[in-house]
Amino acid sequence: MVSGEFFNLVPWVVFIPVIGLLINMVFGGRMGEKLIGAVASLAAGLSFAVAVLLAISLAGHPEGRVVHLADWIVIGELYLRWAFRVDTLSVTMMLVVSGVGTLIHIYAIGYMHEDVRHNGDEGRFRRFFVFLNLFIAMMMVLVSADNYLMLFVGWEGVGLCSYLLIGFWYDKGQDGSGNALAAKKAFITNRIGDFGFLMAALLMFGAFDSFDFETVFAQAPAVAASRPGVILAMTLFMLLGVSGKSAQLPLYVWLPDAMAGPTPVSALIHAATMVTAGVYLVARSHALYTLSPAAQSAVALVGGLTALFAATIALGQFDIKKVLAYSTISQLGFMVAAVGMGAFTAGMFHLVTHAFFKALLFLSAGSVILGMEAGHHHVEHDAVLKKKLKQEGHFDAQDMRNMGGLKERMRLTYGVYLIGALALAGIVPLAGFWSKDEILAEAATLNLLVYGLLTLTAFLTALYMGRQVFLVFWGEPRSEAAAHAGENPPIITAPLAVLALLSVIGGFINLPVRGWHYFEQWLAHSFGEAAALGEASAAGEAASEALLTLNWPVAIFSTLLALSAIALAWYLYRRVYPAQQRLPAAHRPDDPLRHLLGPVFSGMERKWGVDELYQLLILDRYADVSRFLAEVVDWRFWHDWFHDQILARGYHLASRALAGPVDLGVIDGAANGLARLTQWTAAQTRRLQTGYARNYALAVFAGMAAILAYLILQ
Amino acid sequence: MVPIGYYVGLSAILFTLGALGVLIRRNAIVIFMSVELMLNSANLAFVAFARWYDQLSGQIFVFFVMTVAAAEVAVGLALIVAIFRTKHSIDVDQMSSLKG
Repeated sequence: MVSGEFFNLVPWVVFIPVIGLLINMVFGGRMGEKLIGAVASLAAGLSFAVAVLLAISLAGHPEGRVVHLADWIVIGELYLRWAFRVDTLSVTMMLVVSGVGTLIHIYAIGYMHEDVRHNGDEGRFRRFFVFLNLFIAMMMVLVSADNYLMLFVGWEGVGLCSYLLIGFWYDKGQDGSGNALAAKKAFITNRIGDFGFLMAALLMFGAFDSFDFETVFAQAPAVAASRPGVILAMTLFMLLGVSGKSAQLPLYVWLPDAMAGPTPVSALIHAATMVTAGVYLVARSHALYTLSPAAQSAVALVGGLTALFAATIALGQFDIKKVLAYSTISQLGFMVAAVGMGAFTAGMFHLVTHAFFKALLFLSAGSVILGMEAGHHHVEHDAVLKKKLKQEGHFDAQDMRNMGGLKERMRLTYGVYLIGALALAGIVPLAGFWSKDEILAEAATLNLLVYGLLTLTAFLTALYMGRQVFLVFWGEPRSEAAAHAGENPPIITAPLAVLALLSVIGGFINLPVRGWHYFEQWLAHSFGEAAALGEASAAGEAASEALLTLNWPVAIFSTLLALSAIALAWYLYRRVYPAQQRLPAAHRPDDPLRHLLGPVFSGMERKWGVDELYQLLILDRYADVSRFLAEVVDWRFWHDWFHDQILARGYHLASRALAGPVDLGVIDGAANGLARLTQWTAAQTRRLQTGYARNYALAVFAGMAAILAYLILQ
Repeated sequence: MVPIGYYVGLSAILFTLGALGVLIRRNAIVIFMSVELMLNSANLAFVAFARWYDQLSGQIFVFFVMTVAAAEVAVGLALIVAIFRTKHSIDVDQMSSLKG
């Protein structure tokens, strides 16, 4: 191996997590919690190390390489390889997945230690880490795939892990099945998206006779020239897949419910990595999208609308994780809009920074929840405080109305949460500012409608994050549990600190200053050939040239918007809200915005009734169809009519015909007739046996006479 | 010399009488005698042809027939006695156990 080239190590990014999960699966029963967690974290960490080595190799050979591991399917024209694609795009994803993944693994050792005790099933500790390692392996397959079918394997694999981990506490939740239903919802919604992906892949094979990226992208311009409809259909079907996996309109509904999973899962799968797979897919298929401007604008519009729509819902939520969930959908909308507009680098940049600060926010939220639960536990075991607890009624450790004043009680968590929130709100110089601003700057030149949507979203983002920070950490504690909450051990806070650091400096990988836009140069090796191919190349290059100098009006405007949103949040939740708290309970609104916005806020709180709408339009209709099929078609038609009338009666008639005429008549008749014939013959021949010897003698004489007559007359 | 036709004719008449006796009579002893009559009519025919062809074998065969007839009578009379002891009758029509 030439020094500095570690390309051939790439299969190990998949193998190492698999080995880790196998160790935990086989020996985990005899290993302690610490060892299980260590093995799983080490597997993720080694995977990260391999990804780093690959990145180092790429620095020397930025063109990358395809590492062929094995032939997969060879049937006729179909030749599929199990090959790993090492280029700047895939390695970026690998670094994010394994890097953030490792930190979340470490965090999960501490979090799940508390969680399995709190929920009362310690045996699930091992299972959690097995699933988590499986997820890393599958995500690696997804990002390192060299063809669409291998990517689909990873795509389905992460969907499976998502399902398993959302339903991790499958016996918990509303009515004892809420979590299981949430898992099912995620799986089925994703299945609709997967249908789109599969259709796109099959169209692809129809058009190109291949699933390989190289072949497809190389032939794409020719096909686009002769049959543009095929490319359009392919990319739009792919958009359906993207909206399923990356939680875009109209398939986003599964992601908020997915928060039923343990918090590290929400952070890793449903914020940082898996849900960005759709963004990755569009970025990976850039050669196809640049050929189809209609599909591009569709993707951008879906992204922009999703961003705004989810942001409004996030503003009306009281569950700390639900706010972050809708925020994730909104930010995924940003990325999808970016890659849709052809700003692939900006989209990927936001993907990376978002992975940092959203994982940080989720993990910090988990830390807050653990602190609240610890406080609740403390209250429950204190005789005096317990009486107060009864007045408060049912306690929800995730409801922000129960929090407040955690700033003093959980200092480190507050600090990192603030960093995450400011990064998400897009405040200079945190990571979120640079990536979000790059998207906005691209949008300002490429698509003004999307720019408007995204700018409005940026304002709302700062508003709901300000609301959350003020509600959770500032002011007076609004419950006994919050008053007695405490900080978590270092195994939980250490990964938070690392992620906080990344959220601060993450933006510096791609500063919009000449000579500092490393990330753009890095990814240019993956997107370069696309820029040369598509029509959008000219605009894209112009845009990226423009970006080399900061787009001052856009940056200043968005920063001012964010700051004013934070100021508005400060006014509402630090001035209006405490004043409202002093009102008598009957007149006390639980949120100042409710008073201000009235029914609009109720709409936000109820998620604009989309779940109910889907229930009404799709699920109930589906149930009607099922019921119709079950009762009318299956029961009445098939069972009552076809089975009873046709089959049963027909069989009855046939068997009666066989039993009566055929069996009794023909077969028995033959047997009986034979017997009767024998009897009759016997009766006739019996007469010859007179018993008189002379009759016999006469017969003998007659016979003799006959013989003689014959001999004589012959 | 008496022509052969007379002997054969007498033999045929006797045979016919014997056969009719066997077929018609019921008394077992009479039937026996009728059988003897048939045998002896055959003997007459044998002797007549032996003289006609000047061969001795016919004459010799008559002795055999007489021997067989004597044996037959011995067996037959024994049977008749045995039947009489069980049935107290020698009417052959009453010996019809094989009637179908």
